[in-house]
Amino acid sequence: MRTLYLLFKYAAILLWSGFVVGPFLWALSTSFKTANGVMGGPTYIPWLQYQPSLEGWRVLVRTDGTGIDIVGPYLSSIVVTFSASAISLILGTLAAYGLSRFTYRWGFVKTSDITFFFISQRIMPPIVLAIPFFLMLRFLGLLDTIAGLILVYIALLLPIAVWVMVDFFNNVPKQIDEMAMIDGCTPIQTFLRVILPNSLPGLVVAGLFCIIFGWNDFFFAFTMTFTKTQLLPVAVVALNSSVTPWWSLSASALVSVVPLVIVAFLVERFLSRGNLAGAVR
Amino acid sequence: MTRQKYLFLLPGLLVLLAIILFPLLFTIRVSFSSWDVAQPGLDWAGGRNYALMMQDGRFWQSLLRLGFIAVAAVILQYVIGFGLALLVWRDVVLKRFIRVLFLIPMMTTPVIMSVIWRTIFHESLGPANDLVRLLGFAPMPWLSTGGMAVVSVIIVEVWQWTPFMFLLLLAGLLSLPREPFLAAAIDGAGPLRSFMNVTFPMMAPISIAALVIRLIESSKIMETVYVMTSGGPGTATETSSYYIYIRGLREFQIGYAASLSLTYLIIMIVCLTVIAKLLVRFMIPRG
Repeated sequence: MRTLYLLFKYAAILLWSGFVVGPFLWALSTSFKTANGVMGGPTYIPWLQYQPSLEGWRVLVRTDGTGIDIVGPYLSSIVVTFSASAISLILGTLAAYGLSRFTYRWGFVKTSDITFFFISQRIMPPIVLAIPFFLMLRFLGLLDTIAGLILVYIALLLPIAVWVMVDFFNNVPKQIDEMAMIDGCTPIQTFLRVILPNSLPGLVVAGLFCIIFGWNDFFFAFTMTFTKTQLLPVAVVALNSSVTPWWSLSASALVSVVPLVIVAFLVERFLSRGNLAGAVR
Repeated sequence: MTRQKYLFLLPGLLVLLAIILFPLLFTIRVSFSSWDVAQPGLDWAGGRNYALMMQDGRFWQSLLRLGFIAVAAVILQYVIGFGLALLVWRDVVLKRFIRVLFLIPMMTTPVIMSVIWRTIFHESLGPANDLVRLLGFAPMPWLSTGGMAVVSVIIVEVWQWTPFMFLLLLAGLLSLPREPFLAAAIDGAGPLRSFMNVTFPMMAPISIAALVIRLIESSKIMETVYVMTSGGPGTATETSSYYIYIRGLREFQIGYAASLSLTYLIIMIVCLTVIAKLLVRFMIPRG
């Protein structure tokens, strides 16, 4: 019975691992193919089944017009993701601390309603915002610019930062604040000197979530830009036409996706320390 | 001193209000106009867009289709994610390596992985049919018939987001107290009974949270569809977001798309609230 369970357990783990890794291995294999290699049907092992070539990888950095030049979109993606994440994290952490520690009241609007307003933004389908965003950015002259995208991404990421940080601050004992206040700190001093230095775990989780959602967004990057500004996912999907160059497509997909795989290691580290259980709820 | 509390909240709140609330109010106004390519501007068309919408079978079908795809995908994600979390919860060789491996798909850009999946599902050149043949079945029309295209989209959604369920449920399992399990073991409960009577009820709150979060995110499905099938064949995989996208940002029927998107938003809020309430009712034991 015990051996049977172990057998089933490792078979299941192996099966799922195969399913998880399969697309990456396929992309890796395809990225070294040429047109002939792709047209020969599904093949997997270089040299044995097809003649490998570096063409798919070379076109990524070629800038003479015949290549894809993925470096520009890559840098734009980094700038937009990190700027929007940083701004969202700063505004979100401040707001979350306020919502967790003080009571606000405007008419019938209470603290809990404001918290809900922040978090409920996740329900909003991007398409609902797309049309007014499009018109708003056009009005501001920010369509097809990095600044416009950062503005849009703040709307996307701020609710995530508030959501994670409110929960984090709710688990920090209020006595810590009270002690600091007794020592004569103003709320702002309390926050900056006492709370913030001890909030690194929450800030890291919130930051990672912002980076994941920012980096992986396609919809706004796609609808709010045309030619001048291009983010990475848009550049990759642009290759997805009827005569798709599978080799460069696979290579560019792998290059875009790999940075965040490193994030998976960070997330697991927090999982085993038990910080995440509170933060994700 | 009490004034300072506003310094925390207001910057974030005002930014969010400016970026989201005003555009939303503007959308409500636009939905009562006939703004399109021929007539770009705010006029007053009354409820004409909403009347048109009631007759728009393609829109209502897209909502039903979205509901089916989202619910099917989320249930599969939950069952598989819970199963995987239970498998690697306690001792397992290479524990940390396996956990990281299982998390990877949710870190990858959905739209980019969908592009890769499209090559995988290619009928003659992709590995999906190669595998099917290896198992002794006939090759399948993955993306070219309606039914299979829906299945393909669900497979990709399950690949992408089961890790999220896994992450939340594993975090939940790791934070459970030990005593109830000891008590169940002393009472002589087998693994199945201790799961049904101890693990599952204790995991109910986090299960509900995970299911609701995933349903919310799934209600926006569109990128997978856009890349893999463009809503096709025909309209077989067209979700509401994608249909509104076609109307609004391709055909530029801004007014009509605004009315569709507001209706879509309201229906999603109502459905998700009802589902959340029902989940709480049935998964949390009373008393």
